[in-house]
Amino acid sequence: MSRQSLAKAHQKIQELAWDPVYHEPYMKYGTDYTFRKAQKKDPLKQILRSYFPMEEEKDNRVYGAEDGAIRGNMFRQVQERWLEWQKLFLSIIPLPEISAARSMPMLFQAVPNPELHNGQAIQMIDEVRHSTIQQNLKRLYMNNYIDPAGFNNSLRNFHNDYAGTIGRQFAEGFITGDAITAASIYLTIVAETAFTNTLFVAMPAEAAANGDYLLPTVFHSVQSDESRHISNGYATLLMALSDESNRQLLERDLRYAWWNNHAVVDAAIGTFIEYGTKDRRKDRESYAEMWRRWIYDDYYRSYLVPLEKYGLTVPHDLVEEAWNRIWNKGYVHEVAQFFATGWLANYWRIDGMTDEDFEWFEHKYPGWYDKYGKWWENYSRLAIPNGHKPIVGEDVDYVYPQRCWTCMVPCLIREDMCTAEVDGHHRTYCSQTCRWTDVEAFRPVYQGRETPNMGQLVGHREWETLYHGWTWDEVVSDMGYVRDDGKTMTAQPHLNLDPKKMWTLDHLRRLPPLQSPNVLFNQMTDEERAAYVADYNRQGPAGRPAPAGA
Amino acid sequence: MTTTTPRPAESTSERPPRSVPKPAFTDAEAGAKEFPDSGASARRYNYYTPAKRKQTHYEDVTVEVQPDPRHYLSQGWIYGFADGERGYPLTWTKLKAWGVDEPEPERGVGTGGGGRGLNWPAHGWHEFRDPNEEWEQTIYRYNANVVRQVNQNIENARNAKAFDQWSRNWVTFVERSVGAWMHVEHLLGLYVFAANERSGPTNMHNTAMAVNSAHKIRFAQDLALYNLTLTEEVPGFDGTAHLSAWNDDAEWQGVREVAEALPAIEDDWGEAIFATNVVFEPLIGELFRSGLVMQAAPGNGDFVTPTVVGAGEYDYAQRDLRWTQACFGPLVQDREFADHNRQLMQGWLSSWVPRCLDAARTLQPLWSQPDARPPRFEDSLDHAKNRFAGIVSDLGLETPKELAQ
Repeated sequence: MSRQSLAKAHQKIQELAWDPVYHEPYMKYGTDYTFRKAQKKDPLKQILRSYFPMEEEKDNRVYGAEDGAIRGNMFRQVQERWLEWQKLFLSIIPLPEISAARSMPMLFQAVPNPELHNGQAIQMIDEVRHSTIQQNLKRLYMNNYIDPAGFNNSLRNFHNDYAGTIGRQFAEGFITGDAITAASIYLTIVAETAFTNTLFVAMPAEAAANGDYLLPTVFHSVQSDESRHISNGYATLLMALSDESNRQLLERDLRYAWWNNHAVVDAAIGTFIEYGTKDRRKDRESYAEMWRRWIYDDYYRSYLVPLEKYGLTVPHDLVEEAWNRIWNKGYVHEVAQFFATGWLANYWRIDGMTDEDFEWFEHKYPGWYDKYGKWWENYSRLAIPNGHKPIVGEDVDYVYPQRCWTCMVPCLIREDMCTAEVDGHHRTYCSQTCRWTDVEAFRPVYQGRETPNMGQLVGHREWETLYHGWTWDEVVSDMGYVRDDGKTMTAQPHLNLDPKKMWTLDHLRRLPPLQSPNVLFNQMTDEERAAYVADYNRQGPAGRPAPAGA
Repeated sequence: MTTTTPRPAESTSERPPRSVPKPAFTDAEAGAKEFPDSGASARRYNYYTPAKRKQTHYEDVTVEVQPDPRHYLSQGWIYGFADGERGYPLTWTKLKAWGVDEPEPERGVGTGGGGRGLNWPAHGWHEFRDPNEEWEQTIYRYNANVVRQVNQNIENARNAKAFDQWSRNWVTFVERSVGAWMHVEHLLGLYVFAANERSGPTNMHNTAMAVNSAHKIRFAQDLALYNLTLTEEVPGFDGTAHLSAWNDDAEWQGVREVAEALPAIEDDWGEAIFATNVVFEPLIGELFRSGLVMQAAPGNGDFVTPTVVGAGEYDYAQRDLRWTQACFGPLVQDREFADHNRQLMQGWLSSWVPRCLDAARTLQPLWSQPDARPPRFEDSLDHAKNRFAGIVSDLGLETPKELAQ
């Protein structure tokens, strides 16, 4: 629209870069990284004269598609199995997006190169777009999908549900603690560059296969912004690498950020894609195959490894172990099984798996049925209330797990669970890397080096602690996961909307009170704890108790 | 006439069937069945109370996105800064809204989520709504319209050879002084508004700051790119003169000093936004933009610059000032902290008004530079002071005695 070339215009706006003369700006957000002030190029090369009309046009396409979907009765073809999981996903994702906006000022202050600030400011506006466009999509689902429960109380649910808290790492991790650890390494170098591929590209493709073409419409529009943000992160990373003293911190932060993103994003998105779909074509990619393509090949091999020549220590071992967890240790399957075990503590309905699903899983993950098939058969058997308890209270060869203190996903790969006593409190971890994150990385001293700006892991990190000793009907009622008749639960372990087939608070009274695994763990003597851990490590797969006498 | 050769049949018959998902009729649309929560009343976000009778689209996409441990956030913030602060501390401004001194709900073993009997909103910050109701569609529609119109105005002027009418003095004025102003807008956009949009207590505050930031950065770039066009169109127009004016001209150093002081405000987003939008903007921003540039331009044959500058003026006068008044005004009437806030804001006025007036006066020589003189500096300043006094009065504050200096 302008007669000036974009390159020329972009060159011109570089003249706006500000070097303070009279007052230094207040540095609110600290970092232990050091940056040399040097002329840098703004990698985004974006000017607002073209940016605003471009985004307006993208918006017009998104909202046009939304209108079309409603007029075309898209919801007559949407798979409920799929859209139920969107109640979780779309309750989480607007906060990470707006948190990404909030993280940009942390970079203005930590990275003293004004040429980079233009790109960061544009990312800030992008992220406001993403957060509100996603809240709006959820609103559309709430208005037009058969079951609005779970969408309509979405943000209350997200704020008080354990799954929401796990997802919240993918937001608070961007904005709290060391400014570079949070806003650069965790957000742009790992979350945006690696994991938005599965979030915003792989998952929308699965949505389309389940009759929902609005998720791809919105999220591909979002991803077209994300791809620009990647260059913001890259520029900051190269600057950090140019200072030798940053290498140790970069190594620490890449290990933390990689592992935490894997633990959180693969748990959620892996479950949505594998257990939320009805598309069981044998030649459609499994999550593991998508991960291999998007994360392992496109991110790890094509982006991360080449940075070794600039001195970056790439966590090869953790990349391989993440793959090992997905492929050999059944990470996604264990997480999906846990979600379904605890369906009553959630705010969406979880469909059972059928023979067709079993066949697909066995095809994609040989040996799947022997591990998980029986449990899912039990899940379907116990789906409709019929005098029995919810599956979590029935004997289905499943031991309710401990939670990882760091990533807050339960310790589902039982042999990897490990512990630490921190400040007189016994904590459990899903893996040695999560233990290291808490015990070593998030500390004011790291490997003998002062790290006074490093953040802390805080909060009530085990959800069950809050409800220790409560009856389940009180728990669900307290969280507000009840429908408008005052007794029918928002969550259900099936998709049948016949009120006679739906679980109510009354049904939950059959269950014994909720017991917090961590509270119980801390009540044990040291000997009991050691025996408990030894037993735990022998449990699984699929949450099975340790073999007797082994 | 042409002849066609039939295609070999095998070219289609040998093609393997495409693997595509099969659409299925699921009848999963609203109203297809009746069950608890299937009715129309269940199709609204029920976790917040709207400011007015009906929930607005803006509220639906903004309210509660940023959580609060005093509300539903039962497990609390899960990351902390090194000093133990976490989330969005209410102490990141000295302003207070009712309820902030009340303790957060105690949570621990067996306490539950803390949602029972909770009074909400827990504090007055949550009552704020941006009167501009900004969310992504409004941001892009508004700003895209502005850049389109600004571009068209400039393009029309270029085609009409409108710049040929400019006198040498006016060319110098635009290249130096209008040029220098781009730095003020850029500085405020990035290092006041964007820099503080991590600090506000609610999503509504932080989004309003982000949008204010976008206006400022856009306007700075509008001026920079206008400057580029003039460099290309006006013989002898020095496209770098704005840098020497901003860096060296005595007239600009007062404004630069006070503008740079705004990002230097320590750990108080409230003071930064207040000092900028309540004090700096009317006393310096509008004084320069409306009291000088837009008044002087027509007499000097320039009908283009006022349209570029006027777009930025509209941002402030019609949108950025509106949210600022809605943000700070209620705090002066706060049911618990009205006195505290009033004294604090009066103190900010006493501190920033003299600085801004001093800076405004350093601009005075600019009023003498154009051949066709604008209104007298003192008249422009009086107008700016009156405007400022009106804003202060609307907020429920006293006009500071320093205004008389």
